[in-house]
Amino acid sequence: MSDRGLNATGIETSLAERRIPVLSPLGELVNAFLEWFGSLAIFAWNVARAACTPPYEWRELVRQLDEVGSKSLPLVALAGAAIGAVLAMEAQQSLTQFGAKALFPSAIVFSVVTEMGPIITGLVVSGRVGAGIGAELASMKVSEQIDALEVSAVSPYRLLAAPRILACILMMPLLTVAADFCGLMMGWVAGTLFEPMSLHRFIESGFNGATMSSFLPPTFKTAVFGLIVGLIACFQGMTTTGGAEGVGRAATKSVVLASLFVILADVVLVKFILVVFPL
Amino acid sequence: MNSFISKPPDLPTVSSAATNDQSVASANRSPVVDVDNVYKSFGAQHVLNGVSLTVHPGETRAVLGRSGTGKSVLLRLIVGLQEPDSGSVRIFGQDIAGLSLDRLAPIRKKMGFLFQHAALYDSLTVGENVGFPLNHHRADMSKSERDERVSQVLSEVGMEKQSDKMPAELSGGMQKRIGLARALVMDPELLLLDEPTAGLDPIGSAEINELVLKLQKEHHIAFIVVTHDIHSARTIADRLTLLDKGCVVMDGSFEELKSSDNEFVREFLKHS
Repeated sequence: MSDRGLNATGIETSLAERRIPVLSPLGELVNAFLEWFGSLAIFAWNVARAACTPPYEWRELVRQLDEVGSKSLPLVALAGAAIGAVLAMEAQQSLTQFGAKALFPSAIVFSVVTEMGPIITGLVVSGRVGAGIGAELASMKVSEQIDALEVSAVSPYRLLAAPRILACILMMPLLTVAADFCGLMMGWVAGTLFEPMSLHRFIESGFNGATMSSFLPPTFKTAVFGLIVGLIACFQGMTTTGGAEGVGRAATKSVVLASLFVILADVVLVKFILVVFPL
Repeated sequence: MNSFISKPPDLPTVSSAATNDQSVASANRSPVVDVDNVYKSFGAQHVLNGVSLTVHPGETRAVLGRSGTGKSVLLRLIVGLQEPDSGSVRIFGQDIAGLSLDRLAPIRKKMGFLFQHAALYDSLTVGENVGFPLNHHRADMSKSERDERVSQVLSEVGMEKQSDKMPAELSGGMQKRIGLARALVMDPELLLLDEPTAGLDPIGSAEINELVLKLQKEHHIAFIVVTHDIHSARTIADRLTLLDKGCVVMDGSFEELKSSDNEFVREFLKHS
């Protein structure tokens, strides 16, 4: 991309020239992180500005909603179901051991809906969508297609980044609901295999005493995960350099950094939710 | 097949008389491109060291030089993909330094750019690639009008039958023609060509040269052509600028270049 938007080369160059040569390896690392974070912030600002001003790329947004949402659904549903089954098997044994078998439905419902569903969805989408966006945009970058967009007076922030990031933000909570549903169903199936229980009873006991504030904040916090995945993947893709190696590097960095920041954000968001919506 | 292929590859050179007439006429008008004392570095590597260049309406300027002398960087500065460290780049009379993407957009709509490797959008068909700028900037045109314009431009570059193909199905020369069609579709006043004949066989190169000559004649567009190909530069350009180590070594017509005593110019011509 150009200097005007965000030229990684330009930013790196100017900062590198100012770098103090006696910095320790740790200092270099901190410096590199701050440079990366500053560049990411400028990128985010440019995307936000492009997303809020017309013309809006509705068609591209719909395409990305399909790409991020419906194409991730099978994977997210499968991961949610697997987590539900594993949780049920572990919980059955542990709760029986401590004589708290009656808490089984609540344990499954709360652990799936408040934590396991959202985080598993965040990580699965980081892997599938983060790698996809990172590689696709990096490939466009190294083959000068993003430059060609700019030269055609079409903002890459508006056409490429904004729809992808928005699609991640919008689809993540919906995918989380799907993961939660599959997790609960498989949790019930796995629990029933150990000790038969009707679905009605499982649901009734599981949701007993629960309020909307128990479930909505954990579900909607995944919109932040979506922002993280979309933003990091678009940034890594659109600022990569080098040919095929650059594409691979962008895809890898997108997944690694998005997953890492999703986990870190989860820590902050869980604390925030517990403070704002106490149980 | 298109009309260009049927013609012989040895194309006529622009006569020096015609060149001079055009240069005198164009010198009276304000320049389309005015690059003034531009410096550009990447880290410790100084790519451009005080380059100045002007291009007037209807003029074709070829920028020559060895690899790594900053020819493509100069083109990227002119189109606004990069910014100079110092000096100014004025396009259509406006200094483009520091302009945001949105403020640069009206200027870019009057420019076309052919990338060295065409840079076609690989997920779009040839027709969609060429129609892309129209779809984004010409909401006033109906779909049929846009389609008609795409067909017209594809026909100009001799690719009217390839509209439904994907870029990956085309040869390098065909991709360049499509890139040229995309650059032309908005009817630009300035066309920048980055190595238009690189990687093409002699016939393919001649076809591109002839296409550029045809466009000069029919559209009266200002061209800046970055090339290694001295034959191509001689064929299509009114004036040639020779760069070495980021500096302008020579600026003039091919005849002036040929009669130059400069050692680098003579060496360059000898090996071209």
